[in-house]
Amino acid sequence: MTYTFFQEYWWLIVSLLAGLFVMLMFVQGGQTLVYALGHTEQQRRLLLLATGRKWELTFTTLVTFGGAFFASFPLFYSTSFGGAYWVWMLILLCFVIQAVSYEFQLKQSNLLGTTTYRVFLMVNGLLGPLLVGTAVGTLFFGAEFIIDKQAIVLPGEPPVISRWATPWHGLEAVLDVRNVLLGLAVLMLSRCLAHLYFLNRIEDDEIRARSRSMLPWEIGLFLVFFLSFAWFWLTSAGLAVVSVPEAGAGVQEVPCRYLHALLDMPAVLVALLAGVVLVLVGLLTPLIKPASRCGIWSAGLGTVITVVALLLPAGWNGGIYYPSLANPASSLTLANSCSSPYTLQVMSAVSLLIPFVLAYIVWAWHALEKSPIQPSEVSSENTTH
Amino acid sequence: MEPIDTSLIDWSRAQFALTAMYHWIFVPLTLGLGLIMCIMEAIYVRTGKEFWKATTRFWMKLFGINFAMGVATGIILEFEFGTNWSNYSWFVGDIFGAPLAVEGIVAFFLEATFIALMFFGWDKLGKKTHLLSTWMTVLGATFSAWWILVANSWMQYPVGMEFNPETVRSEMVSFAAVALSPVAITKFLHTVTSSWVLGAVFVVGVSAWYMLRGRHTDFAHASIRVASLFGLIAALLTAATGHQSGVDIARHQPMKLAAAEGLYEGGTHVGLVGVGLLKPGVNWAHPEEDPFLFKIEIPCGLSMLATNTPDGYVPGIKNLLEGGYVGEDGLKAPSAEQKMAFGRKAIDALRDCKRGTDGEQTEILRENFPYFGYGYLKTPEELVPPVAATFYSFRVMVILGGYFLALFAGLLLVGKRIAAWKPALLMILLSIPLAYAASEAGWIVAEVGRQPWAIQDLLPNCAAVSKLSVCSVQTTFWIFAVLFTVLLVAELCIMLRAIAAGPEKECA
Ligand code: HEM
Repeated sequence: MTYTFFQEYWWLIVSLLAGLFVMLMFVQGGQTLVYALGHTEQQRRLLLLATGRKWELTFTTLVTFGGAFFASFPLFYSTSFGGAYWVWMLILLCFVIQAVSYEFQLKQSNLLGTTTYRVFLMVNGLLGPLLVGTAVGTLFFGAEFIIDKQAIVLPGEPPVISRWATPWHGLEAVLDVRNVLLGLAVLMLSRCLAHLYFLNRIEDDEIRARSRSMLPWEIGLFLVFFLSFAWFWLTSAGLAVVSVPEAGAGVQEVPCRYLHALLDMPAVLVALLAGVVLVLVGLLTPLIKPASRCGIWSAGLGTVITVVALLLPAGWNGGIYYPSLANPASSLTLANSCSSPYTLQVMSAVSLLIPFVLAYIVWAWHALEKSPIQPSEVSSENTTH
Repeated sequence: MEPIDTSLIDWSRAQFALTAMYHWIFVPLTLGLGLIMCIMEAIYVRTGKEFWKATTRFWMKLFGINFAMGVATGIILEFEFGTNWSNYSWFVGDIFGAPLAVEGIVAFFLEATFIALMFFGWDKLGKKTHLLSTWMTVLGATFSAWWILVANSWMQYPVGMEFNPETVRSEMVSFAAVALSPVAITKFLHTVTSSWVLGAVFVVGVSAWYMLRGRHTDFAHASIRVASLFGLIAALLTAATGHQSGVDIARHQPMKLAAAEGLYEGGTHVGLVGVGLLKPGVNWAHPEEDPFLFKIEIPCGLSMLATNTPDGYVPGIKNLLEGGYVGEDGLKAPSAEQKMAFGRKAIDALRDCKRGTDGEQTEILRENFPYFGYGYLKTPEELVPPVAATFYSFRVMVILGGYFLALFAGLLLVGKRIAAWKPALLMILLSIPLAYAASEAGWIVAEVGRQPWAIQDLLPNCAAVSKLSVCSVQTTFWIFAVLFTVLLVAELCIMLRAIAAGPEKECA
């Protein structure tokens, strides 16, 4: 197996983790719906119980995504995290406040009061998907960094390899509407998935009725944001590595960067379409068959496939997955940012454990969730935990 | 090379220290209390007594409150390598990333999956499956400690790698050498066993409080019995692994050892300082004046520790900087100035070898690479870590280690009679903060003692830091300081309230 194979394999794993993470952000979506769907304290507790059993998995997926990206493409990790400092710090902060809130919200003497922790969850639910989506947008549409590996040995310069070209350290990403559209699409998707999850999990007629009546609006907004993003994504010009006769390979702007990439990789194109169809089928299920609880399965699977299919063409086929707006030659490809062949091989061996990990996660979910959550569980839960 | 703004380095270090020390408030209790909880639940499953179930559930409740804070403070650390130490992240990413990724894939998911079963599964799982979930949760936490300590040990003692001039970074050549490095094994064992000590002190301390109040005495006795036996074993292991850590730093980080001992001028038959008071403002270049106001030492102790012979030579700070003594390898040690010259040679060769094509420069680089990091330093003084912080932290940790040993042994000897002895109960209760002090002090020895290095000998902090404005780092520092402090106070209030509420009826 070649070096390129391992690079592309790890890009697939990173994309898969990103896909799982976006799917699992139904937890975040659910946190933004606590007050809209729960009109009594009992209902709010029920909703938070449903997401409260899952949040740690979302969180862990985010952490693993970070670790895997660091291990496989360290130059991305060092460049983006060290440069787009404020974006990542904000994302981290809004996950910090989530981590304590489920545990603390209902405890006595919790200093800040139940409402504050629920506001924390709301902030995490809104900003988490929005910021993560916006940050991922920069993978497609570029960021303001400059890389010079020689800087570490050049006299007269601070020995820093990756730098950021704006003093805003990443916040400037919101000035590009395409990034923000992706952020909004992820936010709305997480809310839609949360509705489907609640419809599947919670045995409370009022909540179910409210979810069903909110769903068409949420789906509508999601589609507006997602389709506008998709339009820009397919039609925007972008940087690509182009081999020029005599000069060798160089970075150039090409029109419809992602449309071309998809046409070059028909399998990914098919996966993308299939993913989108699965998401739509899942979202429309409860509208067509009100009694059905299955929407989450199709929409969840569709989300993972769609995200993977959006990310694959960024890195595969020698593509640029992190274009530099400040200095195109600094743009990151899998080949110029990845770990050594040996490290990628070792980690690939470790990655064979992933099916095993998935298997026990599925087993654990199944053991806990044999039947939907009953309103009566709220009071007993409070005393056990 | 234009130096990087020193206040940027200081604030970045301060932020890392702040977040790491906050994180470390919660981790040892997770590891220590977790295992005690596992043992108690195993007793429940064996005996079938509801008393043990309620006892387990009480400690599990406290475990949950603490765990949430561990998670909240931990996520920052993983990403902080990238955000604040970006150069470092590139330089070592090829090695350091792998343990972090394994930690995520193997350990975190184990922890996160089974913790939900542990908390929510009491009524849904069979007794044995539930017990398995509890063990898996704690095993996951311990595994994750393993991987992150592998990473930390690698920074103290880089092994299993080669520098690649083409990519300008260190690359892993042996995963086994990294994952099973002897320093990593010692560090893991010392960190985990010392966390067990902390967990045991916590349990006996809280139980002592119930005894003082005359509440839940059966529960308190039972908890003390389990925790003091467990604690005694853990304290013995801590002392043994701590000793091995000392041997390790003598071999791999002599400057850290010299700082931890306040040893300015080395020699043979060097004693190990038990307690001592350092004279403020001692200059390493003039150790003729005694750096101690007073000290009590074990004769030849340090020579024994470092060389296994009472008359072995141990270099002090001055000797390490001036060189000239004969090292363990039988060669004359170079001075700091010489090492800095080798380092500059390595850096120049890296620049000139134009991406590895020039064989001669590559050879110069390879020869001088062990001193690469020295090339970034301006003066030899930069090599001296803060002596007082390292010295006193070391004393605090070791003396408290002895105290905990005595405490657990005493508790086992006295047994139930302890309930009648109020001052002792109060002392046990007040030992809880001491356990935290010992644990944090351990990290101060390990991390302050290795300054100025991000990676021992290869990369000093000034070449590891991200290029940010000082003001950005200051802002995030204060955000973390305030946020973590507020959350810590909230956690303490919740914890105290849960302790005041006591265990469930079956234990009363
Ligand atoms: C009983 C005698 C003890 C000895 C001889 C000892 C020795 C040491 C040494 C030499 C180090 C530095 C290791 C390095 O820099 O690589 C260290 C670190 C540390 N110690 Fe201790 N220690 C003792 C007791 C304790 C106790 C009681 C605790 C906590 C309850 C503790 C917690 C730690 C921690 C958390 C570290 C940092 C992690 C590490 O570097 O291993 N130690 N210890």
